[in-house]
Parts: sequence; structure tokens; C-alpha cells
Amino acid sequence: MSEQSGPLLTIRGLRTRFHTYEGVVNAVDGLDIEVFRGETLGLVGESGCGKSVTALSILRLLPCPPAEIQGQILFDGTNLLDLDREGIRNIRGGDISMIFQEPMTSLNPVLTIGEQISETLRRHKDMTRREAWRRCVEMLQLVQIPGPKSRSREYPHKLSGGMRQRAMIAMALSCNPKLLLADEPTTALDVTIQAQIMTLMARLKEEFEASIVLITHDLGIIAEMASRVVVMYAGKMVEEAPVKELFKDPRHPYTQGLLGSIPVIGRKFDGGQRLQEIPGIVPNPLEMPLGCRFNPRCPRTMPICHQQEPPVVRLADHRRVSCWLEANKRDD
Amino acid sequence: MLQYVIKRLLSTVPVLIGISLLLFFMLRMLPGDPAQVLAGQMATQEDIERIRHQLGLDRPVYVQYVLFLGRLAKFDLGRSARTQNPVIQEVWARLPNTMLLAGVAITLACLFGIPAGIISAVRPYTWLDYLVTSTALFGISMPVFWLGLMLVVIFSVMLQWLPAGGMGSWKHVILPSVTLAAFVVAFIARMTRSTMMETLSQDYTTTARSKGLQESVVIIKHALKNALIPIITVVGLQFGMLLGGAVLTETVFAWPGLGRLIVDSILARDYPVIQGAILIFGLLYILVNLIVDLIYAWVDPRIRYD
Repeated sequence: MSEQSGPLLTIRGLRTRFHTYEGVVNAVDGLDIEVFRGETLGLVGESGCGKSVTALSILRLLPCPPAEIQGQILFDGTNLLDLDREGIRNIRGGDISMIFQEPMTSLNPVLTIGEQISETLRRHKDMTRREAWRRCVEMLQLVQIPGPKSRSREYPHKLSGGMRQRAMIAMALSCNPKLLLADEPTTALDVTIQAQIMTLMARLKEEFEASIVLITHDLGIIAEMASRVVVMYAGKMVEEAPVKELFKDPRHPYTQGLLGSIPVIGRKFDGGQRLQEIPGIVPNPLEMPLGCRFNPRCPRTMPICHQQEPPVVRLADHRRVSCWLEANKRDD
Repeated sequence: MLQYVIKRLLSTVPVLIGISLLLFFMLRMLPGDPAQVLAGQMATQEDIERIRHQLGLDRPVYVQYVLFLGRLAKFDLGRSARTQNPVIQEVWARLPNTMLLAGVAITLACLFGIPAGIISAVRPYTWLDYLVTSTALFGISMPVFWLGLMLVVIFSVMLQWLPAGGMGSWKHVILPSVTLAAFVVAFIARMTRSTMMETLSQDYTTTARSKGLQESVVIIKHALKNALIPIITVVGLQFGMLLGGAVLTETVFAWPGLGRLIVDSILARDYPVIQGAILIFGLLYILVNLIVDLIYAWVDPRIRYD
């Protein structure tokens, strides 16, 4: 982590709202994140906590309206939210690229794999058709797709899910991005394929010297891949920590609950050793609870949790928690 | 592919026999006597009987049908009861006119309908979208004969820019094809709008945008290409319908097409011409559908007929 050079991406006070017929949904509500050069930041949380919306907000891929994005997204010193349409298009697929969750639907079914990769190259790298195609075949080889030359002329439906995700990775990395937003890249894949894809991503990240924001709800993947983790709940950050510290000493009751709900092979299910679960469900985004948003499900809730939002407590460098338990400890 | 085409072409035979069967017996259920119509008001009973015998109408219906099928197998559609010309000649004289009208109308409809639908889908719920959708609703609900008459009143009678009817120069084509296109353009615009709305919200469209592609490339290359299948279906079906002859439009504009031939023949109880014209229309309709199916495979690589 070369922090001396400053963060590659700094998100300050990101607020992404959706104006719907039922009301305003605050999908992301005041998020602060930094991503450094060469690191993999894990963004963890349950479905609907705003992690995907965060990634889509960075590239401004949400249709506005109904979405509304506020705050600052500084990438290499430029606020992406200030760029005009052409400006953000130059960033998309060039300096920042994205991998999506569903390889089955993320590739265009009526265009060949090669066309979909080489059009990105032609857009950003000023390449001729022939050069782009050659580079595309190289990329397919790099992501270990067998027979890349013939595969490049095939349509997505001829490829398996794992192969398609490899092609997506090839596409995302083709223009040497500085930052890769990977939105649940392995969720839709078989477990064995998951491992292959994660190993591939880890290797290519080193090769391309890219930073990754890895969005997932799978803590196993986080443990393998990420150096730092941000845990999100209901549109807010609840905890940030280097990955080892998070697993060793989670501070927020939500993080503790997440870690407790991971099944461990060999653990006996006798008294007190049962697999923990977090009771209740994620709050309705139209009716967020007052105070801390986790309070209806928190096992250690206090009166103040129902009244006031907890402040963000900085425990150390890159160690932040948003919880009254920690805030009170500080005051004592 | 070739095998598929041959198979499809062979399958038209039973379809055409089905059409001929329905057509033949339904025609004979029509009230009115063709011999009487041909002979005229003043004819004697003997005259009528003689004409009936000449036309073979004095035989049982099923015998008539078998004879008809036998001739059909030799590609002989018979002769018109009215003009005594071979039916094929009668139809052949009208078919190019109908093809011309249908071709121009469908081209106009695509030229305006598809872009209108795209604009509407790209800017949904804006004044532009409301303009397109309400115009389309107007186009779909407007009776063809009324629109035709209005166009004649405005462009032929008042402005005197275009001829009110008949066939001749390119000017004669404009009003009838616009009248025909009005309904089709609305239909195509609505279909394009709804399928484009769907493809624009698909994951692959987001992927295309995430690559930094120009919005026009995202819309045309990524979204429209995926939306083409339903649009082509509608265009094909509508074109098939237009080939059958737009009876009302051809009547309003005195356009000597297939539609008017069929109507005139029905009024005259000219069985051979009705049968021949409708069978040829059926054949064309089947062919258009086959072509549409072949275009599917060209547009969507997932569709293969091997």
C-alpha cells in the first residue's frame, strides 16, 4: 500500500438518492472512502446496503433522474461528479472499469466477444480495428481462455459462465485501468470457478498495477483478496479496518454478527456453539429507523441508539467505527 | 440452412390446401348466384342454366373442389368468369401495383416509426415521448378511409399538389402510401419504444456504458440490435398484410391493386379470381414470414436453423 502517494480515489460525503413514487430512497447516505494505489479495498454488506450503488455512482452509471448523486468523488484529483458527459465517458472503461455480477447477462448476446472487447480499445486507445483485435486476443490469452483466437469470434452464449466472466475481466482490463470496480464478480459462479476467477484477478491486479474495489457479501473472498475492508449497512459505513484486524477484532455489532454467521468446518454444534445469525431484516429504505440504523437488529442496543445517529470514531489509521459503544468508550 | 428453407417451402403446400379448402366452401356459402350475376337482370332461366353449366357450377361442390385442386396442381388457376382472362393474368396485372404501394408504405413506416420509437424510449416520460406516443395512438385509432379522404381534401383539392387518385407518376403513390403507412408507422413506433425501453435497461447496456462508449453507439449498436427481433416481426407481419391489398385505401384512391381486384370479384361472384388472388396472397404471406424467420438468424446469433 503506497499511501505516501496519496489516495487514488477519495469519496467524500457521497449521497445517492432515488426519487421514486413511494418517496425518496437514500441508497447511499454520507459515505467516506479512500482507495490507495495498488490496494484491494473490500466493500462488504448485505444485499441492498448500497455497495453496488456506490460503484455505479463512481462511474455515474445511474440514470439521473430518478437518481441524484451528491458529494465528492475525487479520482486522481478530479471530481468525477463535476465532469461533463464526454469527460466521464473518457474515464469509463479507460482509467476506471467495472466488472458486473452476472456474466450471463452483462455481455451483449448479439455481438462477438472480440467485438465487445476491441470496441473498448478502439474507443480509448486510438487503435485500428486490426490492432484492437490483436490486443483483444492477447487479453483473452491473459485471462486463460483456451483458443483465444477462435473464441474471440464467438458469441457469448457459446461460453460458460466462468468463461464469460473471464471475458468480462479481459474487457475491463484491456485499457490498463488504474481502478477496477468489481461488483460481486464471483457470486453467480460455481464455487470451484469462483476460486479460479479470484486467483486470476489477484494475479492480474499485480500485473496491471491496478487498484480494486471488491464488492461482495462473501467474507471468505474478502479474507483472500482484500487488504482493507469497509463494512456497509443501510447506506452507511459502519466499520473500516485492515482485513486482519477486522477478522481478529471486529468492533461493530453488525460486523461481529457477520463474522459469527460464517460456518466453520469442524465446529461442533453443541450448546452455545450454534451458527449465529443476525436477527431481523435490513430496514425498508423508505422508513429508516431513528438513530442508529442497525438498532432494531442489534443485540447490544442502548437508549441513545434509538435517538441519535452514532458518530464515526477513528480508532487508528484506517480503523473507523460508527457505533455508540465505541463513542461511549472514548468519552469514558 | 438450405435444408430448413426447403422444408419450410414444402410445408406451404398443406397450408395452401387448407386455405383453398376453407376459401372454396366459404365462397359457396355466400348468398347470390354467380351465373345470375353474370347473365344480368334480363337473362332467361335457360341462359342462366347455360352459364352455370359452363362454369361447372351445376356439379356437386366436392366435385368442383376436386377439379379445382387438380387444375391447381398444374398451376392452372382457371379463367375469370367476368373477363374470360386467365386468373393468373388478372392477378399478375395488379400485383406489382400492390407491391409498389406496400413497399413504399412499409419503407416510410420504418423510416419514421423506428427512429420515433427510439427517441421515445431514450427520453421516456418527456414531452418528446408524449408527442410520439400520442401521435402513435392517433395513427392507430384513425380510420384509414377518413385519413385518406382528409389527405385528398388537403393535398389534392385545397393545395392541388398531388393527384387525388389513379396511377401514373410517382406523385400518385404519395397519398395512398402515406395513408397506409400511418397505421403501420404507429404500430412500429410503439413496438420499438417498448422493446427499446427493455433493452436499454438490460445489464449489457450498462456494460456498454461502463466502457465509455458514446451514447449513440450504446443505443444503436448495443440496445437497438437486441430490440430488432420484435420490430422485424411486426414489420414482416404488417408488410404481409399490406400485400393482401389495402382494400379501403385502394378504393379511396382508385388504385388498381390486388385489394380492389378481390373486392370487385367478390361483388361479381367471380369465384376463380377470388380463389386465385387469395391463394397467391396466402403464398406471399407465407414467403414473407419465411424471410422474416431467416432475418432472425441473421440478426440474432442465438437463432440457428441447422
